[in-house]
Amino acid sequence: MFGAGGGTSSYREIEETDLIVLWGSNARAAHPIFFHHLLQGVRNGARLYVVDPRRSESARFADLWLGLDVGTDIALANAVGREIIAAGLENREFIRRATTGFEAYAESVQPWTLDRAEEVTGVPAAAIRDLAHAYATADRAQLCWTLGITEHHNATDNVLALIDLALLCGHVGRYGSGLVPIRGQNNVQGGGDMGALPNKLPGFQDVEDPDVRARFERMWGRPIPPRAGRHLTLMFEGMEEGVVRAVYAIGENPATSEADAGRATRLLSGLDLLVVQDLFLTETARLAHVVFPAAADWAESEGTVTSSERRVQRVRKALDPPGQAREDRWILSELARRLGVDWGQPTAEEVWDELRALSPIHAGMSYRRLDAHGGLQWPCRSEDDPGELFLHSRLWKDPIEGPPAPFMAVDHDPPVDRLTEEYPIRLTTGRHLDSYNTGVQSGRYRSPRRVGGTLDLDPFDAASLGVRDGDRVRVVSRRGAIEAPVRVSDGLRPGLAFMAFHYPEETDVNRLTIEAWDPKSGTAEFKATAVRVEKL
Amino acid sequence: MDIRFMEVKATEAERAALDPVVEAPSTSPRLVVGGRTARSRRHLLLPALWALQTGVGWVSRGGLDEICRRLEIPPAEAYAVASFYDLISLEERPERTVRICDDVVCRMAGAEDRLADLAARLGPEGEAWERSSCLGRCDRRSAAFVQEVGSAGRSVAPFDPAWLDRPPEPTPVVAAGPLTERIGHADPTDLDAYRAAGGYRALRAAVAMGPDAVIREVKDSGLVGRGGAAFPTGVKWEAVAGSPRRPHYLICNADESEPGTFKDRVLIEGDPYALVEAMTIAGYATGCERGYVYVRGEYPEALAALGHAVDTCRRRGLLGDDVMGAGFAFDIEIRRGAGAYICGEETALIASIEGHRGEPRAKPPFPTTHGLFGKPTVVNNVETLMNVLRIVDEGGLSYAEHGEGRSRGTKLFAVSGAVAEPGVVEVPFGATIGDVISAAGGPSEPLAAVLVGGAAGSFVGPDDLDVPLTFEGMASVGGALGSGAVVAVGRSSDVEDLVRRIARFFREESCGQCVPCREGTRRQEEALAAGRFDLLDDLAAVMGDASICGLGQTASSAVRSGIALGLLGGES
Amino acid sequence: MSRTVTLTVDGHEVALPEGSTLLEAARAVGVEVPTLCYLETLTPVNVCRICVVEVEGSRTLVPACSRVAEPGMVVRTGSARVRRARRMVLELLGSAVHLDLAPEVASWMEEYGAEPGRWGTPPAPEPRVDNDLYVRDYGRCILCYKCVEACGVDAQWTFAIAVAGRGDEAHISTEYDVDLPESACVFCGNCIAVCPTGALMAKSEWDLRQAGRWTPETQHTTTTVCSYCGVGCNLELWVQDGRVVKVTSPLDHDVTRGNLCIKGRFGYTYLHDLPEGYLTPIDHLLSRF
Ligand SMILES: Cc1cc2nc3c(=O)[nH]c(=O)nc-3n(C[C@H](O)[C@H](O)[C@H](O)COP(=O)(O)O)c2cc1C
Ligand code: SF4
Ligand code: SF4
Ligand code: FES
Repeated sequence: MFGAGGGTSSYREIEETDLIVLWGSNARAAHPIFFHHLLQGVRNGARLYVVDPRRSESARFADLWLGLDVGTDIALANAVGREIIAAGLENREFIRRATTGFEAYAESVQPWTLDRAEEVTGVPAAAIRDLAHAYATADRAQLCWTLGITEHHNATDNVLALIDLALLCGHVGRYGSGLVPIRGQNNVQGGGDMGALPNKLPGFQDVEDPDVRARFERMWGRPIPPRAGRHLTLMFEGMEEGVVRAVYAIGENPATSEADAGRATRLLSGLDLLVVQDLFLTETARLAHVVFPAAADWAESEGTVTSSERRVQRVRKALDPPGQAREDRWILSELARRLGVDWGQPTAEEVWDELRALSPIHAGMSYRRLDAHGGLQWPCRSEDDPGELFLHSRLWKDPIEGPPAPFMAVDHDPPVDRLTEEYPIRLTTGRHLDSYNTGVQSGRYRSPRRVGGTLDLDPFDAASLGVRDGDRVRVVSRRGAIEAPVRVSDGLRPGLAFMAFHYPEETDVNRLTIEAWDPKSGTAEFKATAVRVEKL
Repeated sequence: MDIRFMEVKATEAERAALDPVVEAPSTSPRLVVGGRTARSRRHLLLPALWALQTGVGWVSRGGLDEICRRLEIPPAEAYAVASFYDLISLEERPERTVRICDDVVCRMAGAEDRLADLAARLGPEGEAWERSSCLGRCDRRSAAFVQEVGSAGRSVAPFDPAWLDRPPEPTPVVAAGPLTERIGHADPTDLDAYRAAGGYRALRAAVAMGPDAVIREVKDSGLVGRGGAAFPTGVKWEAVAGSPRRPHYLICNADESEPGTFKDRVLIEGDPYALVEAMTIAGYATGCERGYVYVRGEYPEALAALGHAVDTCRRRGLLGDDVMGAGFAFDIEIRRGAGAYICGEETALIASIEGHRGEPRAKPPFPTTHGLFGKPTVVNNVETLMNVLRIVDEGGLSYAEHGEGRSRGTKLFAVSGAVAEPGVVEVPFGATIGDVISAAGGPSEPLAAVLVGGAAGSFVGPDDLDVPLTFEGMASVGGALGSGAVVAVGRSSDVEDLVRRIARFFREESCGQCVPCREGTRRQEEALAAGRFDLLDDLAAVMGDASICGLGQTASSAVRSGIALGLLGGES
Repeated sequence: MSRTVTLTVDGHEVALPEGSTLLEAARAVGVEVPTLCYLETLTPVNVCRICVVEVEGSRTLVPACSRVAEPGMVVRTGSARVRRARRMVLELLGSAVHLDLAPEVASWMEEYGAEPGRWGTPPAPEPRVDNDLYVRDYGRCILCYKCVEACGVDAQWTFAIAVAGRGDEAHISTEYDVDLPESACVFCGNCIAVCPTGALMAKSEWDLRQAGRWTPETQHTTTTVCSYCGVGCNLELWVQDGRVVKVTSPLDHDVTRGNLCIKGRFGYTYLHDLPEGYLTPIDHLLSRF
């Protein structure tokens, strides 16, 4: 966020804040232990607002749940912003000192009256007003989101609309006030930390910055391409265009996890070379020319991961990898050796120390300190730096340090996959508590709570289709069709259906989802598909 | 809460029974107000359980589920609460069940023999009838409580299977005093009669002197609590009145369930407006705008009398936003207990009102700082509050002239057992055990002992009848005044049988929370049954020393005093 | 700066931050006080009463785990009264339920000279196996309320279990005692983590114990981070014979405070339950390249 790729706050802060807004996040199921912290906040007196199309498990804890239509988050956010300004509740002092672009923002949200927002989002105007006033008048507030915000064709705009609200009220950069994107996977944050982003080197350093490149080149003794690479979606575009001909996939299963999985499979099959390094023989691995069986990094290998509160923590080896599986580090070094560069077999700590030498925000995190403190939060610039509980305190310095934070005016843009008479039902996707991603790991323990790949329907829709729990239906989108058993759910409403994406073998929901993707972040619009449901 | 509702649905009748107590939540597919709003309705749980119990006769899965949906309570929690109370049935029962007292006093009067032929007439125990601990009608020597679908139930006293539809005989006040003088003379339903007899003079006086002065008078009076702990009432009031945390709450403890005790019931049934007025004064003095009366579930007649008085006062402007036009607000809500002696303990009572299990908690913190809904709360016994009328009327110092030490004013005793005229006795502090027994017509047979203070009290031998019934006097013989129960035990009674009944009472009535009491009361009953008196000392020590609340702490006192007096056989 | 209170514990004067408990005071002077229902991460319920101590001027003994220290208190943790109460608590519990899996109880029994046998022997355990993840054996339950608290407001807020019934009939129960899979239970296993007596046990451990193959002396634990979502929960992997046999989380780590979700606690089995096609020799694959 304005320069740093991580949530601004710590879990501890959500326990001591006054207001929590969970926007497009079903943390109860997807991030249960984060939700524990949130609940302690509620117990300590914080109010909880949940913005989600579904009355999800998380929404059931809310003081107020706002059930907006899928893909209308910006409309809602802008109306909240407008109402805050109209009521004179914005933090003028903070805006003046620490931000830019307020006027343009204020103008851009002007059309978003409560009434218009009600019309577009479906949420009663009074509730939008309530949220606006609560957020603006709270002394401290945490605004949290997950895939409900980011799995849209305009994901980045969605995030910006939320950031604008925090800037409007000064709810960032203070203890207890912050912006919290919760990470869905155990090391997405760490991947970003390590530079596994197309435009960044480790430590979120810009690959297009010559000074940055120079430091890396000195250490690595190799030139670094000066341009940003392709994110996943662009890689597939590249495959389509024939410019990407070889793929080395490490711990990623795009053949099932991509939106429009049919297309992904076709493109991966057409590559000159597909190398997959994974714990499992995944769908993608089945397409590969070469498979490297990898160790489970968290139990069969050493290293670090970074959590959603920017905490770098050690993972440690408890077991030997089975069979001929090898640690990722070993495979990469061995591959390098066979390609003609001998790195030897560096230990995890040696690799980490190299990273620390190159990434200033990780510089202070020696293994010794990580062990002693149970992890450290970046930035941690030296060995006597305790790490940062929350980011952007600089915005509250007088005068502020560094550049001001910009407001970014964004506008509502409905989901690409339009609802029509032919495809009248909005299908959205999400997680189940006991399952994870495409289910390769989580599918293997015996959860008494496993629901499986059902199509969740509102009782009214189910009745009008004449189906009941367990009846099979065909779900048809503009791209494909799958069959699934019905589960009647009370968290939905007529015209809104839900599927989890954990069960590609039974019900591959990504055969239905649209490949429309956000040009800025590369995420696809998993959350908004137009479907029709046919009784079988 | 990951609430998972049960599959069974409520019947129409169940829904209808619940409607007046908790309306169905309005959920919209767009907007749900939940969270704290839902949690703030938790206190409706017990009233909702009662609504089903009285409306349909039991709490079915579907019914409980419906409550949980309306109040957003997890079913396991609601079940846990429902299963705490004797009067809430989680199994389907006959339309009418009769709970028959087999406790100490009724036992001395032959309860067991009566129960034996009952089985023949009413059907098997556990279906149409059950045993009950003391029903607070000891003066009639036999009693029952009838629970019936569609009604709040009724008391039968004396009890005879043929008299199930007969109203109970009133309990006489055999020696009246300032608190009891109206009882039996003024119509308890008639507010005008109450006012004509001096009612609401005290409230006027209180308002004229102001809250601080009321508290001063109460402190000067030396009034201490009549609920058992004998804590100075004025000190309690002052603590709450002075707390900056708001709101403040007042609770009147009318859960009277101590075996042998019935004086609070007599006060409420006979003079309900006096309690309303006394609570109003207490609320005024301590800054409470809301008072709760927690009435024992087996006291439907007291509930009705008080309900009528509260309604009338509300209509006549003596309760509400502007009481008597005097510019302060006070109102009363009546809560019905559901059959659990432990709910008389003040922190358990608070938990029960809040919709939790009636489990006491450790003190400190005391209710004066952490009471109902976590707020500063005055908890007072019925009799304690009633004394305030006279204190305000006469002045605290003049009240303090009666009695000495901590024992000031008059005291009510529920006298029963082997006496000629069982009933309520009001005497100035200082009267001896013998005096009180004489006031109740004297012994009806030679006495083996007197049980003072009920099950939680202790046996006093016939040689100690000259001990004054004061806090100090009872302490001097190793006992306590407790609830004011005085049970005369004649020589023809089997004291060991009574002691075993008391031991069973504690096992059944322990909330079950703490180890010394839950396990100790069980082992105490077993040891008594097995005649292993040698084991009792260790039990008494751990229960007395290490239990959370007064129940466990006193669970061995009657037993031990009985042994000390040599009233029990066994191989001691 | 927080204020401090000064009090005396077993003759040692000790100053502690205001709000500290007598248990903390005792620990500060190096005195061990036994506890069963107390846990740092849970709100004290003070129901087991094994921690009672004597406070001068107090009519009864007081629970050290929850009683807040007051200035000038004089506390005795080892008086005859205290020892008698503790011995009796142990006897009452030991004669009611099976305590052989409660780690420290045997040594306390010895220390306090407890003879539970004189009150009878506990009924045979009745393990209830209604799901594949954990087993409940209330023949070991001391009703310490820890599982209820962990399932409730102290951690999980699921409220699948509560104490139902009253008095000696009080017991841990779901609504109408339905099996866990029919209840609200989300199988986080946070109750297992806090149970002090082994009444709640991961099925993996229970199975090994049943088979006589649970061998703590051959186990080692490794602390690592969960492989599922991005919250960063620390896991302790208990490894025996090259396999994970149980997963817990450290109580003293701020992220989890000992709690996990179903995935973190039970979702590790894929490490061992290897799918077909997994063990393809690596050299063969490399040679294809
Ligand atoms: C097991 C137990 C039962 C009690 N039952 C009652 C009761 O029925 N009525 C009552 O007024 N106090 C009862 N008490 C005492 C209350 O806890 C509390 O001290 C009292 O209501 C305070 O009011 P007072 O100061 O006016 O006496 C009981 C206490 C215990 C330990
Ligand atoms: S002493 Fe008995 S009634 Fe009181 S808390 Fe303990 S178990 Fe409950
Ligand atoms: S099951 Fe375990 S944690 Fe739960 S109350 Fe019983 S002993 Fe305590
Ligand atoms: S540890 Fe203190 S009462 Fe249980």
